[in-house]
Formats: sequence, structure tokens, C-alpha cells
Amino acid sequence: MTITLFIPCFVDALFPRAGISMVEILERLGHTVVCPEEIACCGQPAFNSGYWDQSRPVAAKVLEQLKDAETVVIGSGSCGAMVKKFYPELFAKTPQAELARQIAARTWEFSDFLVSKLGVTDLGAAFPHKVTFHDGCHGLRELGIKQSPRKLLANVQGLQLVEMAEAETCCGFGGTFAAKFPMISTAMGEVKCASAVETGAEFVVSNDSSCLMHLQGLLSRQGKPIKTIHLAEVLNHR
Amino acid sequence: MSTFATQFLKQARVMAGDLRHRQIIRTALGNYGIARDKGKTSFQDWEGARQLAAETKWEAVNHLDQYLEEFVAKIEARRTKVHWASTSEQAREIILQIVRDKNARSIIKSKAMTAEEIHLNDALEAAGLNVVENDLGEFIVQLRHETPYHIVFPSMHLTRGEISELFQRELGSAPTDDPQELTMIARRVLRKKFLTADIGITGANFAIAETGMISITENEGNARLTAALPKTMITLLGIEKVLPKLEDLALFLPMLATMGTGQALTCYNTMYGGPRQPGESDGPEEWHIVLLDNHRTELLADAEQRDALHCIRCGACLNVCPIFRNVGGHTYGTTYSGPIGSVITPHLRGLQDWKHLSNASTLCGACTETCPVKIDLHHHLLQNRRNASATQPAFFERLAYQIFGSITNRPALWAIAKKLGRWGQPLQNLVKGSALDPAKAWTRTRELPPLANESFKDWWRNRK
Repeated sequence: MTITLFIPCFVDALFPRAGISMVEILERLGHTVVCPEEIACCGQPAFNSGYWDQSRPVAAKVLEQLKDAETVVIGSGSCGAMVKKFYPELFAKTPQAELARQIAARTWEFSDFLVSKLGVTDLGAAFPHKVTFHDGCHGLRELGIKQSPRKLLANVQGLQLVEMAEAETCCGFGGTFAAKFPMISTAMGEVKCASAVETGAEFVVSNDSSCLMHLQGLLSRQGKPIKTIHLAEVLNHR
Repeated sequence: MSTFATQFLKQARVMAGDLRHRQIIRTALGNYGIARDKGKTSFQDWEGARQLAAETKWEAVNHLDQYLEEFVAKIEARRTKVHWASTSEQAREIILQIVRDKNARSIIKSKAMTAEEIHLNDALEAAGLNVVENDLGEFIVQLRHETPYHIVFPSMHLTRGEISELFQRELGSAPTDDPQELTMIARRVLRKKFLTADIGITGANFAIAETGMISITENEGNARLTAALPKTMITLLGIEKVLPKLEDLALFLPMLATMGTGQALTCYNTMYGGPRQPGESDGPEEWHIVLLDNHRTELLADAEQRDALHCIRCGACLNVCPIFRNVGGHTYGTTYSGPIGSVITPHLRGLQDWKHLSNASTLCGACTETCPVKIDLHHHLLQNRRNASATQPAFFERLAYQIFGSITNRPALWAIAKKLGRWGQPLQNLVKGSALDPAKAWTRTRELPPLANESFKDWWRNRK
């Protein structure tokens, strides 16, 4: 099938390897991937801060670009939640309400798309490391994605998954929250990092680069050897 | 920024870095979490129970007028005097008037967050009365001249050692860190107060419309004694506490205990139907019920957030909230802390003054996931943000989103922005974490990832 892959702005600018891995995986599975070049952001920063009027033009552009897409895959649980769950709310009682609902229904988060839509759990990947998985809150609680990434990791050769006690606890990023309340954000991140380190894992894996950016930022500053890596990069490793 | 917001930020900065506090709360809530999860398994179908509880509260809240009238008619028929208070001031004045009518000097009071909400103790003490809190946790924070730290566990931020020191200083007791001994010290003081009190004040967990009764949940028997010994009783409760039927308690009592403390049921659950009836041998001679609105009807009028009135004050959302766990209850600076407090305080005390509580969240949703009555807590935080910025936008923040949106919506500008960022990053690194660093809010405690030399979009274009 033809998959429209929406790579969010921060993955584009900061973590292109995650996006490239997604393209390569989907193509290897025999699908045609298109990436709309016109759009960068889903509008979540303004939306989450309450500035819905400023978010709407950004989101409207996304709707416009995705309106003919058969299947949309987003490389982030958080941006996925924005499109799937919050676009219908953002565009409620506007002329785009119906389009927002339709696109939401055709949109998938990357790992859930592989498992729930394509029924693929083994990508032939090999990653001989001990890892722990961080559930990004939006993917976990807005989209209900818990098992899909774990099913995919279970089939990665050589990979050992050790769950951390705080797997479902927020990492403290929260978008603009991290800058508006840096000390609370840092404290939350410290709790999360300590829990990840406790497992003895070499890598923290997640399907959300934004959480990983926060955790890596703290771990690097603390001088901890544990690294962060996006799920797609693990799945593309052989 | 409101003075409340400034105070919150100041206190949050201190508490977030307080590792001792973090450890105390983590230990206490770790134990709670284990008990709560075990308790949930004794429900045949926990999700079904949540749904039923939410529907029952929905019914009660959406027909609040009918159920309140039914409750009042039934309880008045048993010679209970019911008072309606629109505001905190009215509620305080009603209670002070009862106190004056009775010539009361001393008051014994069991735990009631609604009384904290209206600052009742301050008003009573200003009128020259002696008020003693008789819930152990409340007694402890009262001795410290503090407000409750948590709506269910008022003194959870204190260690046994700190409580022992407090008792030595305030009560002249011998040092001990044995919890039972500490409890006995408080009990010896409190028993005397119970015996001499003129008036007892309680809150209520539920008000049953069908039978005209109030239901009080507790673990220490202090509320029962408050209702048994003084001649005059006053119960203060919010209007949203009403439940339609007596049988609803079969769900709500174990649910409150499970989510509140991790117990199957609390040690005491008592229903009261008014003062001593003719022919009865005990109970107070007079019973007053004060029904408090204090902006609850405004929340009722808000169709989007009305379900916040479902709250049974179990505190479960506080316990799972990573913000609460890191900044602690006092930082919120208001009666109701944690997610439910951040949702309702802007309604109770003004959106612009209290919107910072709704902003101080990652919207992680742990609260909504745990709430036994299914309040859509974290989405309400988002709605509060929307309402706050719609009525009073922050000029520079709005401008920043406008600019960011115009850049990301134009591929050429977005490409230039990434390029400028790449050039600027080495310069920013020179001042990293200092006052000159434009990203200092991030870089004081965290590293920034480098902007990629080849962005995803570059790669995609080159590849084609």
C-alpha cells in the first residue's frame, strides 16, 4: 500500500535517523512511502499551551496535505495523539470537522501500525543489547499503545528487554512544560532516569523521540553511560 | 503572573530539588500503590465498577437539584436543621452563629476538607474559640500550624521522628518513634478534648438522598466520637456529595477505601440520620447540616467539566501524579492539590489567578487513568489552558506560536530555520547554561541534542 509518513518537526531536525529507519522498514515490507514535504509540525505546542487559534492554521495545513492520503503513519506517539485524538476536538464545529475525523481514523502511530494494521511483529532485526522500554504518555494513554512496541522488541535477535519500575511514569518532558517548569521537569526526569539505570540496561528505547531527547539530555549531563534510541532504529538494526 | 503563580514557582523550585522529601513521598506512596493494586483485584470487574460509579455520580450531579431536595426533606423530617451556604463567608457565618447561640467555648472537629476550603478554623479561632482537630494526621498538622499536605494523608510528609519531636515540644511527651506510642500520646490529649467539647464538627463523604443520611468514612473512630459526645453537631459538606440511593454505598464505600488508602474498607463507615430521636438514648441533641456551594454550581453549569463534581476526594490522582510527587501538597498553595485541585481551583478561586496549576502538568494522563469515577482530569487541564489564553492571552507566548507556525508551515522558512539553528548552536554552546543562553531553561540541567547536519527532509530530498 501507499503509506504517507508524517515525520514531526523535532524528528526531522534532531533525530533524522529515526525517520529514515521508518522509511527503510516500511519499504522493506514492500510498501510505497511518501513524505509530504510541505508540513513540518502538527500544531501540538500551541494546542497544548491553550493557544488553539494559533494551533489551527498549522493543523489545517496538515489536514490539507493529508486529505488524499490512504493511510497516514506518524513517527511519534505524541504527534500521533494530536492528529488522532485532538484534531477532531480542535476542528469541532468548523468546516474541517469531518475531514479531521476522517484523517484521525486513517492515522497510525508507527509501531502500532506495524503490529495492529500490518500484523507484522518480526522485522528480522538484531540488536544484541539489554534494553528497557519507556512508554511515552500520549502513545500509552491517549492511543492505548502498550503491547505493540513490546511485541516488536520481543522478536529482535539478541535483544533482552528488562522492564523498569517506572516504565509508565512520565519522563517530565511535556513540550513547553520542560521550559516553563524546568525544575519540576528535571525532577521527574531524574526519577525516570534512575529507574532506567536501575535495570542495568544499556539503552532506553521508546517510540517517542521527544521523551528520549529529555532523558538523553539528563543522562548525558549526569554522565551516565546508558543511551537512548528510538524503537524504529532498533527495529532497523541488523 | 499572579502572586499565587509566583509563589507556586518559588516553592516548586525548592521542593523539586528536595531529595529527602522525594524519598519520603516515594516510600509512602510506593506502599500505598501496592495496597491499592491488590485492593482493585478484589473487585470482580474493576473497570465495570468505575463505569458504574461514574454513571451513578453523573446521574446525581445532573439531577443535583432533585437529589438535594430529597436529601434535605428526609433529613429535616428527623429534626435536623439544614442551612444553605452560597459562599465560604456565608458558611462560616452560619457556623459562627450556631456557636454563638450555644455559647460554645470549645469545639472538636474531625477531618473535613470542606472546612479547610472555607478556612473555618481561622474564623472560629478569631472568634475566640478553642478548636481541636481529632484526626491524627490533622491533629499533627494543626500542632505545626500547617494546612494538610494531602487530602487523605494530611501529615504524610512527616517522619515518625519529626512527629515525636513535635509532640515533645508541644505536648511535653517523652521521645519515641513507635507509631503506636505516638498514637497513644495524641489519644490521651484528644480524649480530654472530646469530653469537654460543646460542639462537634464533621465533614461527610456522601449524602444519601433516598434515606436522608450522611455517610462518614474514617479509620480512627474519631468522627464517631465527634458525633457521639458533644450536644451539638455541625456537618459541613459540598452540595456535590449527594448520591441517589443507599445501595450506592455498596459500591462507593469499598471504592473510596481502595483508592484512598488501599484498604478493602476503612475501619469505620457510619451513617447518620440526624440528632437523637424521641425514645433514643444517645446522640447529639441538635444537628446542623451546612450545604456549601462556593462556586460548585458554576462548575455544574460548565458542561465540559461538570464531571469534576464526581470527585469523591479519594486522593488517588494526587498519589499517581508525578508533579504532586515531586513538588508536594503545600506547593499548590490551596486546599485541593494534585490534578483534581489543578482542575477545580481555577473554578473555585478564579481562572487567571490559578491557571498556572493547569499549566504545571505534562498532560501525562496518569490521573485520568486512575480516577475511580472517571473524571477526564488531564483534558480538563487542557481546557483550562484554552479558556485562560482565550480570555487573557500572554502576548509574547501567543506571538511565539504565531511565528513558529508560520515557519513550520513554509518549507523554505523551516529549512532556513534549521540551517540558522545549526550555525547558532556552536555559539549557544559557548554560553550553555549561563544567563546569556537563550535555552537556559533547558540547559541548566540538561544537554541539548545537536541539530542534525542532514535533516530527515534533506535526506528525503537527496534520495529522490
